[in-house]
Amino acid sequence: MANDNSTTNYQWVGKRTRRPDGVDKVTGRARYGDDMMVPGMLYAKILRSPHAHAKILSIDTSKASAMKGVKAVLTSAQIPDHPLSEPPYAPIINDMHDISRNVMARDKVFYDGHAVAAVAATSERIAREAIKLIDVEYEILPHVLDPREAAGPDAPVLHDDQFTYSADGLSEKPSNLFRSITGHRGDLEKGFADADVIIEREFTSEPVHQGYIEPLACIATASEDNCVELWTTTQGHFVIRALCAKLLNMDLAKIRVTASEIGGGFGGKNTVYGEPVAIRLSQMTGRPVRMVMTRTEVFRASGPTVGSRTIIKMGAKKDGTITAADAETWYQAGAFKGAPVGRAVETYFSSYTIKNARACVHDVCVNRPKVAAYRAPGAPMAAYAAEGVINELAVKLGMDPVDLRMKNAVREGDESLMGSKYGQIGLVDVLEKVKSHAHYAAPLGKNQGRGFALGYWMHGGGLSSVSAHLLDDGTVTVATGNPDIGGSRSSMRVMAAEELGIDIELIKPIVADTGSMGYSHLTAGSRTTFATGLAVINAVREIIEKLRTLAAKKWEIPVEDVSWEAGLAVPSTSHNGLQALSLKALAGMATKMGGAIAGHSEINAGGVGAAFSAQLVDVEIDPETGFVTPLRYTVVQDVGRAISPDYVEGQLQGGAVQGIGWALNEAYIYDDQARLQNTGFLDYRMPVASDVPMIDTVLVEVPNPNHPYGVRGVGEPCLVSAPAAVANAVENAIGKTMSSLPMSPPIVLKGIEQVQASQVGSD
Amino acid sequence: MAKHHITTNINGDEVDFSCYAGQTLLEVLRTELGMTGTKNGCGSGDCGACTVIVNGRPVNACLVLGVELEGADVETIEGMAEGTTLHPLQQKFLDHAALQCGICTPGILNMAKALLEKNPNPTETEVRYGLAGNLCRCTGYDKIVRAVMDAAAEMRADG
Repeated sequence: MANDNSTTNYQWVGKRTRRPDGVDKVTGRARYGDDMMVPGMLYAKILRSPHAHAKILSIDTSKASAMKGVKAVLTSAQIPDHPLSEPPYAPIINDMHDISRNVMARDKVFYDGHAVAAVAATSERIAREAIKLIDVEYEILPHVLDPREAAGPDAPVLHDDQFTYSADGLSEKPSNLFRSITGHRGDLEKGFADADVIIEREFTSEPVHQGYIEPLACIATASEDNCVELWTTTQGHFVIRALCAKLLNMDLAKIRVTASEIGGGFGGKNTVYGEPVAIRLSQMTGRPVRMVMTRTEVFRASGPTVGSRTIIKMGAKKDGTITAADAETWYQAGAFKGAPVGRAVETYFSSYTIKNARACVHDVCVNRPKVAAYRAPGAPMAAYAAEGVINELAVKLGMDPVDLRMKNAVREGDESLMGSKYGQIGLVDVLEKVKSHAHYAAPLGKNQGRGFALGYWMHGGGLSSVSAHLLDDGTVTVATGNPDIGGSRSSMRVMAAEELGIDIELIKPIVADTGSMGYSHLTAGSRTTFATGLAVINAVREIIEKLRTLAAKKWEIPVEDVSWEAGLAVPSTSHNGLQALSLKALAGMATKMGGAIAGHSEINAGGVGAAFSAQLVDVEIDPETGFVTPLRYTVVQDVGRAISPDYVEGQLQGGAVQGIGWALNEAYIYDDQARLQNTGFLDYRMPVASDVPMIDTVLVEVPNPNHPYGVRGVGEPCLVSAPAAVANAVENAIGKTMSSLPMSPPIVLKGIEQVQASQVGSD
Repeated sequence: MAKHHITTNINGDEVDFSCYAGQTLLEVLRTELGMTGTKNGCGSGDCGACTVIVNGRPVNACLVLGVELEGADVETIEGMAEGTTLHPLQQKFLDHAALQCGICTPGILNMAKALLEKNPNPTETEVRYGLAGNLCRCTGYDKIVRAVMDAAAEMRADG
């Protein structure tokens, strides 16, 4: 594929254009998961465990079944069982044994909120009443919430069929520790011996929820011939189809999934929750079944991201060369294995050329909901610990924190801790932009502090399919299989228009259902503009080829003599007297001269571009209360190429504010029985408009050479560095290192009091 | 359980509906009347996604009962545009890319409309506090605040 990186004189790429789905979203016309109604539908509700860890001794559904209006009651008996997957394990595990038990508990419940039974009834009110009539007898078991404790020998074991997996095979005894992934290079002992300064610290972070505003919602319509139509809010309807088919032993082709508009996901809508249950209830009743989670259910029973504990040690020479770095981290997987440990190791220390480094991350089951992805899954907690220590190294070495990073920054040809070799990357460019930014030198007032941190994310490629159709009137539809979570239709349209050389308004981007398209992986991993964008470019280039052929046929000249320029088929200069033909003119001829014109592309995109995001943040602390107010915020990120700059800026701004929430407020809070205490937005306090300042963005554009326009992906690196940057600002403001998130007012106040006490002591 | 018959005004039209005593305005709009532009984010008044305007005041539709609406004037997102002409706030949200997923947008637009009716010339801080009851998880609020301030300026200029 031609590399057009030298060409920046684009007609549409990089321009601020209105998004094609915008009008529907400002008028309330857009239909999200919960906005669909089907005639004759039933309403489903799920009964959830009030216990964090218990055996299910019996479930009596007779009273619920007898209630007027109840059409079906379901337990795990109606969900097919699946064997445990076996080693060797893939980096990301989709174990049907676990997923079937997560959507409906089988013999045990593993967290407060775990689904135990479900009802389908003629109204939501009846369904709500009916689940209260289901009698479940539990034998309560001891629980464990902390991952390091859970990995120890004395912890209550969640799964008696889970053994620790390592290169030596499986452990003798069942364990909550599923596996550990280690990245290692060099000689740690030598590295620390070479260091002039060594810092050793412990960090903890709490699980945080993705906090999408649209609850999980779906409608399943099963028919007597084993077909299913499913409407659901998801980041990947092809993945939902695959999981439902495997879980329910159905044929893929007989499940047709339509993705609704999606009201936020951030990784939290990558998997199934209510969908298989709704399908089974529909199969049992012969009626459409609608399942919508309440906000409380979303918090209790859908996956937050991991909480973590880290022990970390880093050493550096006086000149700032980091000689060694060693981290051991325990990640909470929640009720079932699958914490993003591999990706944590990939990102650990990977912004730096540290010769001697090791990161070992443990995947540990605890009595919490099974974690899901959340925007750069696994990376922000690793960056929080590593960047925290690097900031302290800068203080100890008397070095500027950006200079320290520059001294150790990775460049093209260097490797991540897992050995990924960096291509053309923009870390140095990012750091230079930070140093020259006015924010970096701006004065700070009393009780104020400035924080800085760096984040790396490798991005995803993978399977994407696109179908583009040229219509008789010269307009074009571009269908993808990727839900549009934050403006991807806009980027797809821009790239198609740029290739075809026509006005963007002539192109209609569409998110098509699973019956209409080849397989398309999730809208996740910041892959859509990159991977699906590549497929869009391929598909419209196929249209261009067909248009050249059509023009050649019309002119009766060789196709090689026809070029495509700015929306026109142009004959070579050797053919005097022939007038260039527009896309519109050719579109009108196509059906009369051979048939309709379409382009398709089904690819597995490689060549992703890694990206780095630097964040600068100023905060002010109220010394009376410990309340932290972010005052100024700047995100400097290598975005490759901003196809739609408005939405690239929006990603960076949104990621920064999610990081502010993660650093300052958000946490899952449990009582001593491991029951979740903050199951609503009032107590699970995400940032509101009055909590945050404007978020300045600096888009550094170092193009990814593996994409015609240089796209890297932008949505995730910005969250990787955000919690660390905010935490660093708090530390600077109060003059003390802090090692746990969130830095809520009581914790900050305690820090302030410790500083004051030490000052009194030294006076 | 008997339903109550209610006559109300929605976006200027007289509308009849029947609802149970416990049904909220949000449920009535979405399930009884099929007006799904008003979004359900939490059902407990904490996210603002269901913000509508009742008798001139912005309210969370999930905290108002359907039976309270006899004779009321209700404004929802479906009535914000005048015919096919978008409200300046809707225009500015598109111009400033002030939405990503869009689920919070109808509620924020209604809240901003109510804010600007009370205060046509708000400061950034006033806009931020005015919208503090409306959660947005995607945008970080930056472009939303800019869009509201720009719409306010345009509405003042148009008098």
